[in-house]
Amino acid sequence: MKLYCLSGDPAKPCYIISFKELLIMLDCGLTAQTILNFLPLPLVHSQKFQSLPNWISPRDHDSQIDGELKECCGRVFIDSSPEFNAPLDKIVDFSEIDIILISNYMNMLALPYITEGTGFNGTVYATEPTLQIGRQIYDYTEPRNGIHQLVDYIELSPKANVATQWKEMYHLLPSPLCDAYKPKSWKHIFTTEAVQNSLARVQIAGYDEKLYQKMVAMKYRKPAKKGGVVKYSVAADQRTRLSGSGFCLGSSNWVLSSGHEKVAYISGSSTLTTHPRPINQSALKYADIVIMTGLTQAPHYNPDSMLGELCMNVGLTLKNGGSVLIPCYPSGVVYDLFECLSTNLDNHGFSQIPMFFISPVADSSLAYSNILAEWLSSVKQNKVYIPDEPFPHASLVKNSRLKHFKHIYSEGFSTDFRQPCVVFCGHPSLRFGDAVHFIELWGSNPLHTVIFTEPDFPYHHVLAPFQPLAMKAIYCPIETSLNFQQANKLLKDLKPGNIVIPESYTQPPTMAPHKTDLIIDQGPDKPLITFKRGEVIKLPLKRKRNRVFLTPEIAATIVPKEVKPGLSLSTLTGYLQVKDNLHNITVVEEEPNKKTIPTRDECLKRIKYELGTLDVDLFYKKLMQDGITDVRMEQSSPGSVIITLTSEDTTIHISEKSTHIVCGGKQSLRLKLRDLLLQCVQKI
Amino acid sequence: MPDIKITPLGAGQDVGRSCLLLSMGGKNIMLDCGMHMGYNDERRFPNFSYIVPEGPLTVHIDCVIISHFHLDHCGALPYMSEIVGYTGPIYMTHPTKAIAPILLEDMRKVAVERKGESNFFTTQMIKDCMKKVQAVTLHQSVMVDSELEIKAYYAGHVLGAAMFWIRVGSQSVVYTGDYNMTPDRHLGAAWIDKCKPDLLISESTYATTIRDSKRCRERDFLKKVHECVAKGGKVLIPVFALGRAQELCILLETYWERMNLKYPIFFAVGLTEKANNYYKMFITWTNQKIRKTFVQRNMFDFKHIKPFDKGYIDNPGAMVVFATPGMLHAGLSLQIFKKWAPNENNMVIMPGYCVQGTVGHKILGGAKKIEFENRQQVEVKMSVEYMSFSAHADAKGIMQLIQYCEPKNVLLVHGEAEKMKFLREKIKEEFSIECFMPANGETCVITTPVKIPVDASLSLLKTEAKIYNAQPPDPKRMRLIHGILIMKDNRVSLMSLDELCKEVGVNRHILRFTSTIKLDDQEPINRISEKLFSLLQEKLTSWTVTMLENNKIAVQSVTIAIESDSNEHHKNVLVSWTNQDEDLGAYILGLLQNMG
Repeated sequence: MKLYCLSGDPAKPCYIISFKELLIMLDCGLTAQTILNFLPLPLVHSQKFQSLPNWISPRDHDSQIDGELKECCGRVFIDSSPEFNAPLDKIVDFSEIDIILISNYMNMLALPYITEGTGFNGTVYATEPTLQIGRQIYDYTEPRNGIHQLVDYIELSPKANVATQWKEMYHLLPSPLCDAYKPKSWKHIFTTEAVQNSLARVQIAGYDEKLYQKMVAMKYRKPAKKGGVVKYSVAADQRTRLSGSGFCLGSSNWVLSSGHEKVAYISGSSTLTTHPRPINQSALKYADIVIMTGLTQAPHYNPDSMLGELCMNVGLTLKNGGSVLIPCYPSGVVYDLFECLSTNLDNHGFSQIPMFFISPVADSSLAYSNILAEWLSSVKQNKVYIPDEPFPHASLVKNSRLKHFKHIYSEGFSTDFRQPCVVFCGHPSLRFGDAVHFIELWGSNPLHTVIFTEPDFPYHHVLAPFQPLAMKAIYCPIETSLNFQQANKLLKDLKPGNIVIPESYTQPPTMAPHKTDLIIDQGPDKPLITFKRGEVIKLPLKRKRNRVFLTPEIAATIVPKEVKPGLSLSTLTGYLQVKDNLHNITVVEEEPNKKTIPTRDECLKRIKYELGTLDVDLFYKKLMQDGITDVRMEQSSPGSVIITLTSEDTTIHISEKSTHIVCGGKQSLRLKLRDLLLQCVQKI
Repeated sequence: MPDIKITPLGAGQDVGRSCLLLSMGGKNIMLDCGMHMGYNDERRFPNFSYIVPEGPLTVHIDCVIISHFHLDHCGALPYMSEIVGYTGPIYMTHPTKAIAPILLEDMRKVAVERKGESNFFTTQMIKDCMKKVQAVTLHQSVMVDSELEIKAYYAGHVLGAAMFWIRVGSQSVVYTGDYNMTPDRHLGAAWIDKCKPDLLISESTYATTIRDSKRCRERDFLKKVHECVAKGGKVLIPVFALGRAQELCILLETYWERMNLKYPIFFAVGLTEKANNYYKMFITWTNQKIRKTFVQRNMFDFKHIKPFDKGYIDNPGAMVVFATPGMLHAGLSLQIFKKWAPNENNMVIMPGYCVQGTVGHKILGGAKKIEFENRQQVEVKMSVEYMSFSAHADAKGIMQLIQYCEPKNVLLVHGEAEKMKFLREKIKEEFSIECFMPANGETCVITTPVKIPVDASLSLLKTEAKIYNAQPPDPKRMRLIHGILIMKDNRVSLMSLDELCKEVGVNRHILRFTSTIKLDDQEPINRISEKLFSLLQEKLTSWTVTMLENNKIAVQSVTIAIESDSNEHHKNVLVSWTNQDEDLGAYILGLLQNMG
């Protein structure tokens, strides 16, 4: 079993494992941090970005890159359509991948890069919320959102030139561009059609569903690989996060098992009790291998206290007459923010302050979250039984506390919009989406505040192109994925055979190098197995057993013999039938053999084995009883005896582990001796 | 225990009071726990004393599975768990768990408050009963205990209706509950994978019906309603709060809109409004179309359909009223019926099946006069229409399901005996499988072949696969496997002899025979050896004969060595083999002796 690491960002994993002749991709995350190097795409023409000066290299300047790079407050930005760091494509041929397992909707954003135009012919599995919310995150039929809004934007107003020249000399550029990872492999956003086709490949899986039959059927539809003997089962299992968490509805862990081996893939889990269904730990226990990724990106922040800080800062800003911008994704943490913030505002006398949720998918995001009750915690689930909406945002919308719009230019927004207010708006990178507009609108006023809750992007990088800014910027990352302490506790409870983690989890985070407790602990007996981007590692999984079934007919023919207390043995010869990867052993039909030449099958069927030591005294007695009396018995060496039948020119050498009859061609005597010998030894 | 035992306590050759006992692999499972709408005495509940004459059922039942929220499938549940006594797990889907307690409470009110019955379960009992319920999602594998596994499949009968696959060891059963194989206006079609259960327990309400196309029925329904209201008549449609009601509402709503009709449509207040909320909340359980469009427009927000008030019963003029319950056995629908029945302008449309004993059943049978308990008589002059909108599979659908999941046996329940017999013959004929239809209280024993799971050594399997794959492909070739079966600590494993000796610590005792015979041949040893070699190759076609060094020949463990004798005319031939190759060794020895 091997693991191929295609992503260098443990928060946006993309790995491939080979498991029993299947190539399985685990998650398909897209690292979007590269887009921070690009200039934002404002909704309306921006004087500020338009008038930024070209960046001029302090050393020998190459005029070829003129116009590609702009300078803003001492930092360099690329003036071009943004590009992404897609999963590495040179390590594995994507057409060979059989299955892609998605654990949550944030980990599926690179899917079109893998499945479209690569010859990929496998199946993608995800839960229903993962697919629905993932679809929203890159929705295409509705006005674009998130990444797709970008597709839309690029399609509507393509940049005249696509900047490429800077990649030839990126190592000469100022930080952070010079540290970029392989900028030549950065990719443009996929087309809407590719997204559509890619999502059409997703098959829905439920929690605790065993995908055995589906998998096998899929496997066998394909041209059989040589010796395609695969027994395989995948059980989707769940994971959770706490209220105020990010993307958590329908998120799952995956367990690959085959009856004898078990591999658990834990991606972005939470052991805290919150709005999604709690993690099912028992399903992950005692795995031979646990692969763990997606730990919190803000390990040194406590999500609960961050939520408190957020509420406090919102209150403070509103008190001073300012407004608050919260850049966010259209699903996940935002639901909890609605819930907590509305209560908090009520308690502080701000119940008249409106909250705006602006996203191209705001309406479906709010609607879907309230129909996915089966994926929620029991507290939220029980509300549905009343019947009441599981999340309070439905009633917030009804009471006009929360107003949602597709865009700021959507009908009704300008009439409803009033300040001070709280705006929830994407994209968290502030490189595109309606949030760009609000930053430009409010940036110069120190009364306003922008609060960052998504830890995907370092906030000072996010704000860099908008500098100088007068508005307050506050970082309150709310991430409920496992932190290191929780992860270590979980691993301790799960008792896996081996732990496989990204290498970065063995060192303190770069942001807090002194925090040496922010690592995954070494297990008690086995060393951690680590990997990093581009690596292919071998995983220690040795299969020894496979499940086969005896048909009732053959089972009836078996006569077990107890050779030791508690241990019974029997020989077994049968026909092996392999169908849909199930092994059955059936009876070998008795065919009357007319010929005198013995056949192999026949002999195998009758075969018996002798065990243990021959009872020499008994044998001697039997010889006597049978009238064979001219026998000479002598001890040749300790434990060995030679019996000679003087008149027959026959000797029998008996030792602890073997008996050798040396005789002439007289069959009758030999067969008689054989018969007697077999009575004096254990046989199966 | 290779037998599967089924005993219907209800729904055996009968519709209503579904309750089956399933025993398999030492586990006892109760499938549904319904009540009979046609009875008002103790016959309405399943006969739980069959399980144990007295005392709680908990020790006798491992789990209870409820297929959907209709009362003939869950109506006896609080009675069973709270009055008879059961504290074990009860499984149902999320929508069923949400809706069932409301219907139970509704029924309790009708029984206790209107009919003044005592000895009925209380509101608190319904609550306590629902606390024992564990909700499941579709396709989720639930381990009830270490051996009993259940899994729900979409049944399409009503919101949240499920079929259940139940497995103990290598035996499995599918219980369909009520299901529907054709998608309708708000639900999808039932689906199950090819799970090849030992037994399929299927409902058979429409065992002999092949229903005409849905579109025709709908057109027919709309025409009849329209004609009746056009001449000023009143239309009563008795329904159950959830299920058909929603579908018929969607149907009338769109028709009213298209035809621009103004006649009032009413919905009995209370349950139904709430019911529509459940549909909104559990939209993931409806069909594709509704799920896709719900963000823009929720199908269950009706424009033309208004809540009903009892005062409207005597209003003049045309109207359409949906009222519960669906079989006219009690409640508002019966109340309205009593008022409207004597007028020939009015119409009642029965959109579903009515069990024996209910008013609905009587009028469908053509009764022109109905007598009630208080000697009240009602003449039935209104027209009575039956339109089968019950979402049950028809004969075609049942056959389709059998084809889908490929069971080894079929057992029919929830139908009428005569119709079942017909279907049984058809199933036997078409699929050549056994089909049962036990009556209530009658136990049906189904013997299933039990496969024994064995942990086989991978190296043994790989060695076999290597040999098999090396041969030219031949689909008819049998793959022979040989090894030692080891039974230890209740586990059975299979490995080669060598592995046995190494891993289990058992020593072989090798029994070897060496026979020396004389061969009359003067040729050099190597010539004789070659001659013997080709002879053996010719005779022993199914064996591999190899020539070793020193002119030795080997077949399996049989070795043949030729030595020169002091007598030059003879050669000594030593044939040696282990006891395992006795047949082969004896054969070769015989062959050589005959040459000599």
